[in-house]
Amino acid sequence: MALKASELNVGDVFGERLVEDLKRTQIVMYAGASGDYNPVHTDEVFTKEAAGYPSVFAHGMLTMGMTGRLLTNTVGDGRLTEYRARFTRQVFPGDTLDAKAVVTGVADGIVELDVSTVNQNGEEVLSGSAKARVD
Amino acid sequence: MAAKKFSVEASHIMMFARAIGDANPVYYDDEHAAGTEPGTIVAPPTFAQASAQFDPDYGLRPKINGAGWFGSGGKASGAKPRQDGGGLHAEQRFIYHRHVKPGDMLSATTKPGDSWRKQGRRSGELAFSETITEYRDQNGELVITAVSVVVRTERPVDQQPSVADQAA
Repeated sequence: MALKASELNVGDVFGERLVEDLKRTQIVMYAGASGDYNPVHTDEVFTKEAAGYPSVFAHGMLTMGMTGRLLTNTVGDGRLTEYRARFTRQVFPGDTLDAKAVVTGVADGIVELDVSTVNQNGEEVLSGSAKARVD
Repeated sequence: MAAKKFSVEASHIMMFARAIGDANPVYYDDEHAAGTEPGTIVAPPTFAQASAQFDPDYGLRPKINGAGWFGSGGKASGAKPRQDGGGLHAEQRFIYHRHVKPGDMLSATTKPGDSWRKQGRRSGELAFSETITEYRDQNGELVITAVSVVVRTERPVDQQPSVADQAA
């Protein structure tokens, strides 16, 4: 399912719903898999009473990981050469996230994409870009 | 973080893929993976972050039999409450020289990158610092270059205004 450069145009858009009503359990799963046990992601008591946030919130890297799914579903397995993300807003339990990737360039066997993930209020939570090999 | 021996295993890749909600069988089914372009199970693009598991000194994991973990127990925090907003992950970049697969034995070396400050609207002064991590395989070949930007905020991020965050 690898992309072909000849079939790609600047401005082409790919999109995917990443998660609906994000559960605390998924954040716990990410903590366990990644090894990042910062209690602001899993410990509601600590996060509210000691850290000063309204609730636990997702690891930025969970959002980047979920957004990466759109990229690999778009460009194919093992094709990414670069992936960068800025975490522009925190993601909280209950959030629904949608990601969009837009082709910004195709040259020399590499496609460049801008990627953006927004929450249910239309607020951007991740802003990034990626490069991948295309045929 | 610096993991000296990051042993990449198929079961860990499967757990990581589940955690990010990715059902792609290339992350757990070796028979399926054999028919894909990589020809083997590969790790999802952000998997290198799990090297934290293999860093003996990683600070965001309670130490076995260790005291002083800052999460809640009988009290809301096991440590003195901090006055600032703590550190938040602001940005992450990965450059893939090849993709990670089960059987890889990676080692990571880290070095500091740039650091800078700016004034934020929702959390006071922001101090950004970059860490560059190079992951090499058992043959010394560079596999992934990762750049992480952490921001330390003066106070917790204000949740009220629904404007895009200033963290950049």
